[in-house]
Parts: sequence; C-alpha cells; structure tokens
Amino acid sequence: MAAIHYRKLPGRSPGLRATLAILGALIAAGLMGASYMEGQGHYVTGMSNRIVWGIPHVYAVFLIVAASGALNVASISSVFGRDAYKPLARLSGLLAITLLIGGLVVLVLDLGRPDRLIVAMTHYNFKSIFAWNIFLYTGFIAIVAVYLWMLFERRMNSYGKPVGLLAFLWRMTLTTGTGSIFGFLVARESYDSAIYAPLFIVMSLSFGLAIFLLVLMAASAQPAPAPAPAQAQAVVLRLKNLLGVFVASVLYLVLVQHLTNLYFTNRHGFERFILVDGGVYTALFWIGQMLLGGILPLALLFHPMWSRSRRIVAAAAICVVLGGFAQLYVIIIGGQAYPIEMFPGKELSSSFFDGVVASYAPSLPEIALGLGGFALALALTAVALVVLPFLPASLSDIVIDTGAGRGSEAAEGRAASA
Amino acid sequence: MSLDRRAFLGMGVAGAGAMLAPGLRLIELAQARSPEEAASTLKRWGLLIDTVKCTDCEVCVTACNEENGVAGHGRPATDPQWIRKATLSDKRTGHVQSLPLMCQHCEDPPCVDVCPTGASFKRADGIVLVDKHTCIGCRYCVMACPYGARSFVHEAVTGQKPDVPRGKGTVESCTLCVQRVDRGATPACVEACDKDGGKAMVFGDLNDRAGELNRRLRVEPSSALRPELSLDPAVRYQGL
Amino acid sequence: MAPLVAALVALFAIAGLAGAAESSTRVARPAIKVEKAGACVEPTDEMRRNHMNMLFQQRDQTVHLGLRSPRHSLKGCVDCHANPATGSVLGKDGFCESCHAYAAVKIDCFECHSSSPRRAAAGLEPIAPMKATAQ
Repeated sequence: MAAIHYRKLPGRSPGLRATLAILGALIAAGLMGASYMEGQGHYVTGMSNRIVWGIPHVYAVFLIVAASGALNVASISSVFGRDAYKPLARLSGLLAITLLIGGLVVLVLDLGRPDRLIVAMTHYNFKSIFAWNIFLYTGFIAIVAVYLWMLFERRMNSYGKPVGLLAFLWRMTLTTGTGSIFGFLVARESYDSAIYAPLFIVMSLSFGLAIFLLVLMAASAQPAPAPAPAQAQAVVLRLKNLLGVFVASVLYLVLVQHLTNLYFTNRHGFERFILVDGGVYTALFWIGQMLLGGILPLALLFHPMWSRSRRIVAAAAICVVLGGFAQLYVIIIGGQAYPIEMFPGKELSSSFFDGVVASYAPSLPEIALGLGGFALALALTAVALVVLPFLPASLSDIVIDTGAGRGSEAAEGRAASA
Repeated sequence: MSLDRRAFLGMGVAGAGAMLAPGLRLIELAQARSPEEAASTLKRWGLLIDTVKCTDCEVCVTACNEENGVAGHGRPATDPQWIRKATLSDKRTGHVQSLPLMCQHCEDPPCVDVCPTGASFKRADGIVLVDKHTCIGCRYCVMACPYGARSFVHEAVTGQKPDVPRGKGTVESCTLCVQRVDRGATPACVEACDKDGGKAMVFGDLNDRAGELNRRLRVEPSSALRPELSLDPAVRYQGL
Repeated sequence: MAPLVAALVALFAIAGLAGAAESSTRVARPAIKVEKAGACVEPTDEMRRNHMNMLFQQRDQTVHLGLRSPRHSLKGCVDCHANPATGSVLGKDGFCESCHAYAAVKIDCFECHSSSPRRAAAGLEPIAPMKATAQ
C-alpha cells in the first residue's frame, strides 16, 4: 500500500485566525460565566432544587457522547479492518480527545465545589457510576493519546490495531457508563431504564460522526495543499450513508423506549408530558429531536440526488447536531421537570414544588459556560491541526476503495486524483 | 474428679456465655452515647408519623429551620428545605391529608449509591448524612433521591449554628438532628410536634423492642413511602 | 569579578544584620492573641505543626463515626480562641485568620463552620462577629 502523507493546516491563514479569535472570545465568556456561578452561588443560574442539572450538563453530555463517537472513524480502520479509512484515523483520535476535554471542563466548572477536584480524584465510591466515569473519561484521553502516538510514530504503527481495539472497547464502556448515569436512577420514571446505555451508544455514533464530518469538511476547505475538496467530498459521501444508519438507529431506540413506556399505565403521565402537553419539551421532542434530528437528516442523507452534494451532507450533519442538543435537553431537563411520582393516584403539592412540573429558563452564565466548552474543544482541535500533521494530504486511497457495484464513483474518484 | 473432653468443653461454653450475656444486655439498654463512643449498628434510629394526627400546622418545619440554622433568601426555588409539609389529595375520592416529608433515612439509600466521592453515606446507626468535607456539589444525589429530600445550597450561608455546619456548593438534607440524637435528645421536629403540634411524630430506636417506636410499629399498621423500591426507610407513616 | 562578589557579600551582610534585629518593624508578623488563660489542649509546638492534621483526622471521626471528642472539636477551638471583642476567629484580629493571612494559607473551614463561640449562638449577649474577609 502506498505511504500516506499527512499535512498541517497553514497557521497564518486569516480564516484560521478569525476562527480562533471568535472561539477565544467564547472561551473567555465561558470562564467568566463559570467564575460568576462559583462566586455567587448557583442561584444566579436557572437551575434550582428541582432542576439541578441544566444547560451546562446538556452541553457537557453532548460533548462527551460525541467524543466517544468521533473515534468511530478510526475504529473502522483499526478495529474493523477497512484500511482505506486509515488516513482519517488521526483526525478522529484528535477530535475524540478535544471534544472530551471540552465536555469535562464544562462539567467540572459547574460543580458546586470545583476547588475540590482533587477530592474527586482521590475519593471513590465504586458503587457510583459517576466514580467509574471519572476513570473512564481520564483513561480514554490517555488511551487515545497513546493510540495517536501509535499512528504518528512509524515504528509503532504495527501496534495501532491492538491499541485501537482497546480504545474501541473503552469507549463502548465509557458511553455505556454515560447512559447509565440516567439509566441507573431508580427514583425517576423519566430515567430508570436499561435502554439508556444502548441509546447513548447509538447517539454517540451519530453525533460523533456528524461532528467529524463537519470538522473534516471545514478543514478541507482550507487552501491547498489538499485534501482537495473533491477528494474530501468523496470521503464524505462514503460516510454519509453510515451517518444515516446511525440516525435511524437512534430513532429506532427512541421509538422502542416510548412504545414500552406507553405500555405501562403508571408511565402515562410522563409520556403525556413529553409527547403532548409538556410545552417546550414537547416542541423540542417532535420538532427538534424527531424532525430536525431524525426525519430531515434521513431524507437528506438517503435521497439519491440531493445526498451527492457536499453542502447537503453538511446541512444534514448540522441538523443531527442540533437535534442531538434537543434530544439531550428533553432527556436531561425534561426528565427533571416532570415531578417525581411519590404518591401514585394522588395530587401532591408542597412548598418544595413537589407534584408540579418545574420551570426552568437557561441563564446567561450557564449558556456561556456550555458554549465556552464547545468552543474550547474546537479551538484545541484547530490549534492541534496547525501544530501536528493530523490531516491526510490525499484521500485517494479511500476514493478508490468503493466496494462492489460502485464502478461509476470509482471512475470519478480516479479521475479526481489523477 | 476427672472430666472427659465433652464435659469440659460444655462447661467452658456455659461459663463464657454466662460471662458475656450480661455485657450484651447492658449494651442494648444504653440510651445516650458518651461523646467518645462511636455510633453503632446495634441501633437504628427511626420515625413514625401518624398522618391522621398531623394537622395543617408547620411547627415541625419552623423548629427544624431554627435548630439547624436553615434560612431562606426569599427565593423558594433555590432555598434549601430540610423538611416540608406536603398536601395529598386523592384524584378519585377527593380525600385530602397532609404530612411532613423529609429524608427517609433508607436502609439502602440511592443517594449513597450514586455519590462519586462517598460524601453521601449512611452512619452505622442508620442516619444518612452528607460529609460536607468531601462533597463536590455534583448534585447527582439530588437526582437520585426518590423523595426529593436533598437540597443544593445555592447561595453563601452566614450565621450557621455551631452544631450544624453548612455552606454554599454542597448538598444537604435532614440529618435526623444528629447533633441532638448524639446527646440523647430527640429531633427538633418531633419535640415541636409533641409540644405545639398534633403529637403525630414518634422518634426512637427501631431495634429497641422495649421502646415506644418499635412497640407501635409491631402493634399498629404502618407503611413506607414508595415501598416498591424496597429501600426500607427508617421513616414510617400511618394513615396513608 | 572579585570586587563584585565582595559587594554582594557586603550587601547580604547588611541585609542580614538588619533582619536579625528583633525590634525591626519591616518584617510583618502575625498578631496572634491568645485571650484565654491556661494551656491549649495540646502543647503549643505540636499545635503549630500539626493542628491541620488533627483537624483533618478529627473531622472524619466525628462525621463518619459520631465520635465527638470535646478535646479536639472545632467548636472547642472556636469557643476558646474567639476574640472577645469581635466574637470571631476571623477578621484582622481573629486567631485563625491573622496567622493564616500571614502564612498565605487559605482555609475554607468557616465557609461552613460557625466562627463564633457557642455562647453567642446560645442567645446570650449578642456579639456581632466581624465580617469574614474574602478568601
């Protein structure tokens, strides 16, 4: 197999500098928001004793879930043997690390006592999935860093596959752990379900691939040398079908979850809340999660004509990301807004807002913190792309490997790389 | 006189039993612990609340806030509440009743299971507490509590009672007035209910067969909240 | 080279002599006032070196095991060491804060623990504690 060449992004491009300036401003705003929240106390946010996890957690969970899924493209080559995707493995590993760091920063800065991070790293209750997650998240960063080393250093290349397999298994465990944060909550009928683990796994595959495609397209839009847009386009078209499959899997598991809940009479209250009369949560579920994050991307990605356009695929990926945020908002915040059913068959009211749908409005510090984390992930990615050769110089290998029955695309690809 | 082995062993066991038995009995009977004695699993503190006797008053809430220095800031959504009065109205029959709701001090507390640092823990004598030194304020226990008993401290606290340290950024809930229990007194809510309320609350050691709490639980029907969760709470209710 | 070294040595010697003078007011010292007569629960030397470790150990025993040793309780320290004028161990003349500010060691005990002695909390003669300074 011909040697693959990698390149760095040119550091002096005005586009890159503008991007970093904007991301830097967002990061600064996020840090200010976190400092304000910690100094004044969380009463300055929209979070309350009924809704203790808000917008920062939506962002953090999205970033962590996408981080795990972003490594999928590397797994395709290292674990599933499709060597043609090897040129993309470095970018995939990089995104996995930077997205995870962004998510963790948001999570840590939202803690009531972030100054006690050392306590969190030294005191563990191993019955808590949160404690396991601390190991899984930090271990993931370390393992993917080692994996990148295997990919970068020529004499370590042969170890890429075993470390890639370890990274794959680790991220499956990590995403199961993230989903189980909610699935293990016996107290609330909005959680309390084994489906959250596999649901988060398919969500990670979907969101991670969407973000990977968007970053790849953005990076390959840079001036030459390559990947020339046409070659990147071919890669994108290969992967768009995979994204469509992942989006469909998410829809399937969401369908199963709600159908099952509808079978239990004692969960009808919650289902009515999410599906019918929950106000903003119902709107986000149907329009955000199902339409924007599900039906629309499927239509765009599997349409025979439209899906061949790079812009359409990018639009579909953006829809998947927005739909993902909506889905996590419904899961995390909608799940808390619905009251705990402590006394089935009775109406409950108290001074502590028991028995009523809790209200929540995201506040500026929270939004700033969440956005700042996302911006941090993207900024770290951009800086890394400039400093080290993560991007492939040529994607012609992937273009050639078209599989059976795709002769016309292969000819197109060969013509582009000639 | 010569003893065979069996007789000797039999006498030894009888003698040991005779020496140990009075000691065990004394440990059971001891009520107030001395400060240098640790909490022990021989006791399990609990509450019995009779919702029929529970009136519309809120003396339990006032007493708890006074004893533990829990003050609001006029922001009910974020102000902590260790105990609150809840009103129940049956959707089918319209029957209305009220009851105090606080931490149920479960035998298998979900809040203890989910705490990543082990700050939320159950003491040997069954009282579920938060070690504020270790709490990082992640609020996972607030999500996990089936009774909504936990509060997050959303603002800086001043003027704390010396016996009840509490501060911003950590999570807290009813401590069964552990500072009073440890010196042999009863929780403030029980004392206030006895004095000024409907005399609806009984506090005691669930393991002490001679105590009033244990006796009433044995003799009268009572129930736990959300019994299907099998958490075996130390707080039991009557009239629900 | 040699004259430079000599000059430096002379400079340090002067500085050292100046610092050695007990009556020098250039060096800040903590204003630790021990109001109560009698000894602390442990020897002063040991308290100076180890009070933090004693507190760390004691707090775990009290919280997790319910061991409320009156000798080593934080409430006991505050009861004895609180400044009678301000009723607090914090503030410029506070026992804890004056030394900790001097040593630049931040403590967060009193974010949660009361810095006033129990007699004030018991409702006797209200002593307004000095506002805790920012940490």
